[in-house]
Amino acid sequence: MKLPSLRDVATEARLLLIGIPVFLWTMIPIYHMFLFAISPKEDAFSGKLWPDHPTLHNFEIVFKQQHYFLRDFYVQFWNSTLIAAAVGALTLFIATAAAFSISRLKVPGGRMVLNLALFTYFIPAAFLAVPMYRTMGNYGLLNNHWALILAMVTIASPYAIWVLKQASDKLPVELDEAAVMDGATTLQIFRLVYLPLMMPSLVAIGTYAVLLAWNEYLYAFLLLSNDREITLPVALGNFLAADDSPWELLMTTGFIYALPPAAVYYAFRRYMVGGLTAGAVKS
Amino acid sequence: MAITLSGDQSIPAPPLSQRLTPAQVWGIVLLAPYLLVFLAFVVYPVCYGLWLARAPSNYVALYNDPIFARAAVNTLIFLVIGINIKMLIALFLSGFFAMQRTWIKWLSVIFILPWAVPSIPTILSVRFMLNPEWGVINHLIFSFTGDDGPNWLNDPTVALSMAIGVHIWKSLPFWTLILITGRLAISHDLFEAAEVDGASWWQKFRFITWPSMQTLYVTCTLLSMIWTLGDFNSVYLLTGGGPADLTHVLSTLGIRYLRLDQLSLAMASIVCAMPFVLPLVYFMMKRLSR
Repeated sequence: MKLPSLRDVATEARLLLIGIPVFLWTMIPIYHMFLFAISPKEDAFSGKLWPDHPTLHNFEIVFKQQHYFLRDFYVQFWNSTLIAAAVGALTLFIATAAAFSISRLKVPGGRMVLNLALFTYFIPAAFLAVPMYRTMGNYGLLNNHWALILAMVTIASPYAIWVLKQASDKLPVELDEAAVMDGATTLQIFRLVYLPLMMPSLVAIGTYAVLLAWNEYLYAFLLLSNDREITLPVALGNFLAADDSPWELLMTTGFIYALPPAAVYYAFRRYMVGGLTAGAVKS
Repeated sequence: MAITLSGDQSIPAPPLSQRLTPAQVWGIVLLAPYLLVFLAFVVYPVCYGLWLARAPSNYVALYNDPIFARAAVNTLIFLVIGINIKMLIALFLSGFFAMQRTWIKWLSVIFILPWAVPSIPTILSVRFMLNPEWGVINHLIFSFTGDDGPNWLNDPTVALSMAIGVHIWKSLPFWTLILITGRLAISHDLFEAAEVDGASWWQKFRFITWPSMQTLYVTCTLLSMIWTLGDFNSVYLLTGGGPADLTHVLSTLGIRYLRLDQLSLAMASIVCAMPFVLPLVYFMMKRLSR
């Protein structure tokens, strides 16, 4: 093994000088959440960096729903799951159909629809929330899971269409022509040629929509209010309303809630980074 | 599939149903779901909202509400200071993460976490860290200096800075990722040639990296502005707009009016941001649809 030169050591040291603060900056809020989750109440409030008696008791309380705030934990977890899955499926369906139509079938007016979608993509989410709340009321959907599902599909679709359209344009047009020669109908092209080739982008977009819906707080908090209808983030927000919030349980529940998206993200990381960054900003 | 309509203008066009190929009919059918969503949940709400905000009295009321003026200023601070700090750090870190080191690759995997995990538990975690009595930060300050630390969220300036910090914490990974993609697209030969010529670190950045990334950087900054305007969580979950409603930004203010059942004021406060948002949107659409 070659010994590193003094210059290499100096470069490495300088890089560490950036790397260590970056690591701390990233991890401290997450570590702090984890610390609360494994701390008994006394330790959590004492400002220790590691509890004297680490315990899984908080997780036990959450999983057994042994606190007033947690009596609907499983229902709320299920609501979050169901809504995220529905948003993922609906967004994929709507956006794939639209991208196929615009990019492969060259439908008249397709370009305009894409521009309209882009316009939605650029409306700040919290701004659209105000009229959306009232609209859902007018449609009679408030406190109904469909309100949140449709709102999140509205927000996720424009970006999904945009990314899928970019990916569709890269598929050679000869594939469609060859399929037409062989007598394939439009729907057969969609099912047998288009969908299989688009799989990596579809995985990226599906993951994106699921994570968006799972992590959403504002729309969930506006559109749902009944304890048995709300999703986990809204339940977490409601913890704050109390004067003596059980912070260690809040952090434990938050930790449990943050695990699925982190796991999903790491499982599909390759697809997501490629698919999403390519579509986000075209340089 | 590739049947195009040749345009002989002297012959009157046949009715629409005959001009469309079966593929185009399918095209319209497949586009319909999105159009329905767009009409029902974008066009209708936006038009209805604008109609609600139409009365000039709303704008007078906003003008007379000191919270609105404060929120507008806070939004501007958030945009000008917050975004520039964030994008400059992202630009710097994109260079760091583009280095070929195993440990830096591992760090980049961890670095993404704030973006991947939900806001609510992590921002609430920061909120508790800043708690003046029980928060870990003031515990540390006390154990080192023997003095009580500041009441972080009780001073509007400090609280707003903390909200900007949270916003940076949450969105820095995404922008760094985008800028890394931009950096990796630069041809390596340029750097090697510069190396041979004995260029310094700064010269390489000034004459190679920056010119190739300038457009991407500006686009990212503008897009980040639009999204930051829509960022409700960083402020609401950290300060709730407090103390005394002094840390609101336009997005939390709109929701505040909504919660107070003043929908027309909520819409009006958003309409006030439009002269600022629309040029950005126009510019972004022009850039992206090129």
